[in-house]
Amino acid sequence: MAGLAASFGSGAMTNSIGDLGMADVILVVGSNTTEAHPIIGIELKRAARLGKRIIVVDPRRIRLVDHADQWLQIEAGTNVALLNAMMRVILDEGLADESFIEKRTEGFDGLRTVLAEYAPEIVSEIIGVSAQEIRAAARAYASADAAAIVYCMGVTQHESGTAQVRSLANLAMLTGNMGRPGTGVNPLRGQNNVQGACDMACLPGNLPGYARVDDDADRARFEKAWGTKLSSKCGLTLTEAMDAAADGEVRAMYIMGENPVLSDPDQAHVIEALEKLDFLVVQDLFMTETAALADVVLPGAAFVEKDGTFTNTERRVQRVRAVVPSPGDARSDLRIITEISSVLGYPMSYADPSQVMAEIAEVTPSYGGITYERLDTGGLQWPCLTETHSGTPILHAESFTRGRGVFAPVEYVPPSDTVDGEYPFVLTTGRELWNFHTNTLTERSAGLADLNPVAHVEVNPIDAERLGVCDDDWIEVSSRQGAVSVQVRVSDRPKRGLLFMPFHFRAAPANRLTSTRRDPIAKIPGLKYNSVSVRPCEAPTTDG
Amino acid sequence: MNDTNPIAVQLTIDGEPIQAAPGGTVLDACRAAGIHVPTLCHDPRLEPYGACRLCVVEVEGMRGYPAACTTRVADGMVITTENEVLRGLRRTVVELLLSDHKLDCLTCDNAGACALQDVAYELGVSESPFEGERHRAAALDENPLIDRDYDKCISCGRCVRICEEVQGCSVYSSTFRGFDMLPDTPFSASLLDAGCEFCGQCVSTCPVGALSNRGQRFTGRVWELQSTETTCGYCGVGCTVTFAHKDGVITGASAPLDRGVNRGNLCAKGRYGHGFVAHPDRLTTPLLRRDGKLEPASWDEAIAAVAEGIRGVVEEKGPDAIVGLASAKCTNEENYAFQKMIRAGVGTNNVDHCARL
Repeated sequence: MAGLAASFGSGAMTNSIGDLGMADVILVVGSNTTEAHPIIGIELKRAARLGKRIIVVDPRRIRLVDHADQWLQIEAGTNVALLNAMMRVILDEGLADESFIEKRTEGFDGLRTVLAEYAPEIVSEIIGVSAQEIRAAARAYASADAAAIVYCMGVTQHESGTAQVRSLANLAMLTGNMGRPGTGVNPLRGQNNVQGACDMACLPGNLPGYARVDDDADRARFEKAWGTKLSSKCGLTLTEAMDAAADGEVRAMYIMGENPVLSDPDQAHVIEALEKLDFLVVQDLFMTETAALADVVLPGAAFVEKDGTFTNTERRVQRVRAVVPSPGDARSDLRIITEISSVLGYPMSYADPSQVMAEIAEVTPSYGGITYERLDTGGLQWPCLTETHSGTPILHAESFTRGRGVFAPVEYVPPSDTVDGEYPFVLTTGRELWNFHTNTLTERSAGLADLNPVAHVEVNPIDAERLGVCDDDWIEVSSRQGAVSVQVRVSDRPKRGLLFMPFHFRAAPANRLTSTRRDPIAKIPGLKYNSVSVRPCEAPTTDG
Repeated sequence: MNDTNPIAVQLTIDGEPIQAAPGGTVLDACRAAGIHVPTLCHDPRLEPYGACRLCVVEVEGMRGYPAACTTRVADGMVITTENEVLRGLRRTVVELLLSDHKLDCLTCDNAGACALQDVAYELGVSESPFEGERHRAAALDENPLIDRDYDKCISCGRCVRICEEVQGCSVYSSTFRGFDMLPDTPFSASLLDAGCEFCGQCVSTCPVGALSNRGQRFTGRVWELQSTETTCGYCGVGCTVTFAHKDGVITGASAPLDRGVNRGNLCAKGRYGHGFVAHPDRLTTPLLRRDGKLEPASWDEAIAAVAEGIRGVVEEKGPDAIVGLASAKCTNEENYAFQKMIRAGVGTNNVDHCARL
């Protein structure tokens, strides 16, 4: 998000799910779309069926590869090298959109200088894909009338995540693939309402609508609206907060509907941090691994038990409606928050969620035209400025949110957690089709829960043979952070030397192995690249 | 006629002048004009197929009785959708289907939502005059979600086509020919072994009770269920989903065909991932840690304890010693209120959520 915001002025998906079908070429980078976003996966498969070209960039043979025109099985963590080489080919072969670059962008010369070092033949050595394949992908993307980029955590969850996103933005601008149907740079958001939580400023440096806490005018506007003084000091991100808690700087946490013990990197560190707190409040549906550490646990309501809105990955604000009542004394999170805030001395009184949306619309220009009444006839894509504005399916159509799009001279920097003799494998983590995030919901949904009940680590057949392991054998995966015993699934999906583990399972928590090494700008941990070692082991006698 | 001509096509349907979009089918034109034509093998998510022959119509100047679902509109077409001949043809189709359909309507979960029931009722076919061999071929399949009862299959091909055309999985294909034809997996493998993704799209398109959701069995008759439309709470796609529920318990999920980013499609999580809502592990009362153990407490006690805990830390270490983690699973309204509480109520910008994970 930080990367796109720097390039374009807005960190959200530029285009819409529905217009992916209008692309002639779709470049899918670091997104296991059919498993993590299955309905967008359907759109991509439909496009392929209609003869559109799908180019997949992924170190794993994800299912989408079966529908792709081209698959670039790069070494994990080398996206920037590939993208720079593609741009070099585009420049060398005169495929750049000179007029777009001139009219709509700035900073191109800096990028041009950087690209000089990225001849496909040289990059081929780094990424493990031939120069010919790099050229073919570059030509396909650059010569299409409309080419879209879709990306996900395989791009952002690297220490160089921001650089990788900026590199994708560079590629789109270089070829003028922006602002039209079937183009754009499209990050897929993993959770139902990540986009909305960001828009609502559950971010340490922002106020709703991406106003800045350190901008005096922005802050003054919210101080007036909220009737109180606000801090101008940027807060801590989640991973920084864990560090600060471990150091004793942060003493209390209020965690609503998250399970950082399983979802955050370096589990031992997270547990240490949470245990060190003087006071921990967890609000959730279940006694999660995190809730078990709390001083107060508050039972919240599931999404089918309350009214409200979610904002999806394409910036579409949509209604959420109560289907069934909550069990027992569980309460909607909104009611819990407003009551606690009132007891804290900052009264909040909303008769119902639509009144909160009315306030959101008042203080957040991009949500200015959104009302529950309008949402009853369908979702609205922000920016939706007024009650007569019909929403914005495509961002940056005439000009970028920040005026001119800005090229970033991005160099390829190898991950710092490099493999060595002691830790010779790369571990990458991700999601599987039938489980979601920390499995809290999916493992408690009968039927679905039975499809993929235990963790497996995917091991390439050549590596499996060398290790002398086959399906369902146990191996111990160790990193500098910790060790996990997990069963093997021999699979030709990961490249040789690469292991894949889902992070869904508490009995084999992948995040016990990951580190908190993170991108310096977006503060996203490099979960997709961890050097590890493996050795065959006995089945553990007890879980976890 | 040029298919790309944006100018509407002029038709006459049942004596009425009708304008239709060029390039569409006669069935599309009828449905757009609100004219009922019965179908069994049609699903707007799929390419036209023309298997069931229920949508036969008469078109002046065309031989025979073309299927409305596979006939493209052309300017000046004169179409008849309803007369004794067409009714007779449709009756025969339904009679043939009923001659080899397990009439399990008393306990079939699809009763009341069954397209075959509807057309039989519409055409007044209460039993089949045809006798002969009947299928006895229930698939043995020990998967936890999808039940296949081939004795009810009407060979419309919708499951085969949705799996291939929409999901790109091709788990099913039409095996054998003639009377023996069945939509089946390769070598009749279980769905688990056949590479099924368990999206349940085949169940969603099955017009009868041949494919059904195991978890929904005996949870309520169609007419007893209420339905509520909302937005799915799993990934960021934001599918429109309609939950069926009875007595405060969700029994199933489906998606409307004509709206939402998903247009009738759902994935395994969206369709089958709602069991957690009524799971006995749900927290139903606030808990307070007393003597090292979490014990049930009232809301008043819990809220007082939260306020006291936060105030204590603020007084001792200042507001920046407090961190609030909001949730990408919660609504905009809840997240807005949460960060407002942390910023305005506590006085710190230490608020974040799991966007990066």
